[in-house]
Amino acid sequence: MNRNNFWRNLVRYHTLLLMLLPGVLFFILVAYIPMAGIVLAFKKYNYNDGIFGSPWNGFDNFKFFLQSGDAWDVTRNTVLYNIAFIIVNNLLPIIMAILLFEVAKKWFRKVIQTMMFLPYFLSWVVVGAIAYNLFNYDFGLVNGLLRGVGMEPIDIYNTPAYWPTILVIVSAWKAVGYGSIMYLAAITGIDTEMYEAAEIDGANVFQRIWKITIPNLLPTVIILVLLAVGNVFRGDFGLFYNMVGNNGLLFESTNVIDTFVFRALTLTSDIGMSSAAGFYQSILGFVTILAANYAVRKYDKDRALF
Amino acid sequence: MNSPLITTKQHQKLLSKRVKRRDRLLLNVIGYTSLSLIAMFCLVPFLLVLSSSFTSENSIIDKGFQLIPSDFSTEAYGLLFKYPNQMLRAYAVTISVTVIGTAVGLFLTSMTAYVLTRKDFIWRSGFAFFFFFTTLFSGGLVPWYLLVVNYLHLKDTLIILILPMLLNVFNILVMKSFMSSIPDAIAESAKIDGAGDFLIYIKLIVPLSKPAMATIGLFIALGYWNDWYNALLFISNENLMPLQYYLYKMLGNMEGIRKAMLLSGVVTNVSLPTESLKNAMTVVAIGPILLAYPFIQRFFVQGLTIGSVKG
Repeated sequence: MNRNNFWRNLVRYHTLLLMLLPGVLFFILVAYIPMAGIVLAFKKYNYNDGIFGSPWNGFDNFKFFLQSGDAWDVTRNTVLYNIAFIIVNNLLPIIMAILLFEVAKKWFRKVIQTMMFLPYFLSWVVVGAIAYNLFNYDFGLVNGLLRGVGMEPIDIYNTPAYWPTILVIVSAWKAVGYGSIMYLAAITGIDTEMYEAAEIDGANVFQRIWKITIPNLLPTVIILVLLAVGNVFRGDFGLFYNMVGNNGLLFESTNVIDTFVFRALTLTSDIGMSSAAGFYQSILGFVTILAANYAVRKYDKDRALF
Repeated sequence: MNSPLITTKQHQKLLSKRVKRRDRLLLNVIGYTSLSLIAMFCLVPFLLVLSSSFTSENSIIDKGFQLIPSDFSTEAYGLLFKYPNQMLRAYAVTISVTVIGTAVGLFLTSMTAYVLTRKDFIWRSGFAFFFFFTTLFSGGLVPWYLLVVNYLHLKDTLIILILPMLLNVFNILVMKSFMSSIPDAIAESAKIDGAGDFLIYIKLIVPLSKPAMATIGLFIALGYWNDWYNALLFISNENLMPLQYYLYKMLGNMEGIRKAMLLSGVVTNVSLPTESLKNAMTVVAIGPILLAYPFIQRFFVQGLTIGSVKG
């Protein structure tokens, strides 16, 4: 009976199923087969035996990863950077969106939006090149300005301590336009009657922002932040790799799990350890995103991912 | 003390109006200033690159990168276009990858999204979860790298620059939420007239989804244009380097360029305007994006607005 239904549906929906086929094959190839490949983390990989034929070696790869001394550094960096990005890249766009909504004449809003959105369109390679123009010791604009006011230039590319600040600023630089537009759309969606009512009651603009705009924006903010928290173990490879490159001097303060895995794979061809680190990241990421979704679900069932 | 001509109530009203005007003014001052500052902060670093690319090398070495060229020069561009072969090849790779990837990607994204909007399709939620799960859990870089290199043997092929970015779950969801707003009645009446599912998709849904197609298409195209990551992983053949990866290579390897140029006889002296050349290359790599930006920007704004409404 059940089986009969299955075949009947197969015939009935054959066109729709055929239309889905390319997409399904695509995700099997780029996502599900690599998922099965996580067994590599428990194997001593060699080229001849392949992913599934190579001998098991238990937790040796993980032991190696944890004892390398980098595990804690890269985890801490990944999480702390992401937390900083979440705070700055939400707070700044929210402020910008409120101001755009409140003060801007239409032409001014357009101009500002166009200027702020530009960095979003540039590749990370270009961003890396721009950063070089700003921070280079000999010719960079920052040091040019410092020299101009008679201060000592600073050797940014050889000083790890500057990088957390720089990376947060660069990330905000690229993200502020995108975020502002998204939050502006949310503000535009707020019922205008509320504003009119506040006006009649004699509220000033700041009271209006504080009592109407922000509370109405809060649900969107909470959802976006929670979802971002779900990705707190995923580093932004493009940002870190192009800003820092393979400049080992800066690794201590800039190495995240993603760059660590990439370097272990490409520079030292350490398949075992890099796949152990990747597995570690996938599991942590999976758990946090489930937790984040659980929190979203508690807060507002309709906006949960699943 | 009040003037007898004005009642207390009127007085209060006037007062509140003045207060209101004052807080408006304050907000305007804060708003216009901080918006302008942030907008400048976004634009200035980019202008610095543009200006540096038009500055003579000597001036850069003397005074560093400046926002307004103190010694205007097109030397870097001249040199770049004197030896354009590699750059043109990189352009050709990027353009082919972008065109093919966007066309195929947009077709697959919209077709997949359409099936997922069909409420009568009984396995709809099952497939939706199949796609969605890939955003929750991933096998990571290493298995993917080995799959491509050792099993699919796609290292140093154009395919590997196109394939990984054809589809992504975010685009499918945005497209799906847009298509969900198309009334079911349209597809149903076509069905009664005997149209098949694929025909309905091509003849009815695609034309009705034009705004979303334009937006998603541009998102896909921008992704391909700016991609350097797949090349970093899988391309070592110089003839297959896309533009951004070529720029990445060149920025890190000015010495190599100098040697290549010396060998080919483009430059005869030993020194090369390295710094201005780097900037000129960056500007050329941004190239078309910059020209198209004012026109395409609104589609992205539109896309973000569609995307923020969850369907």
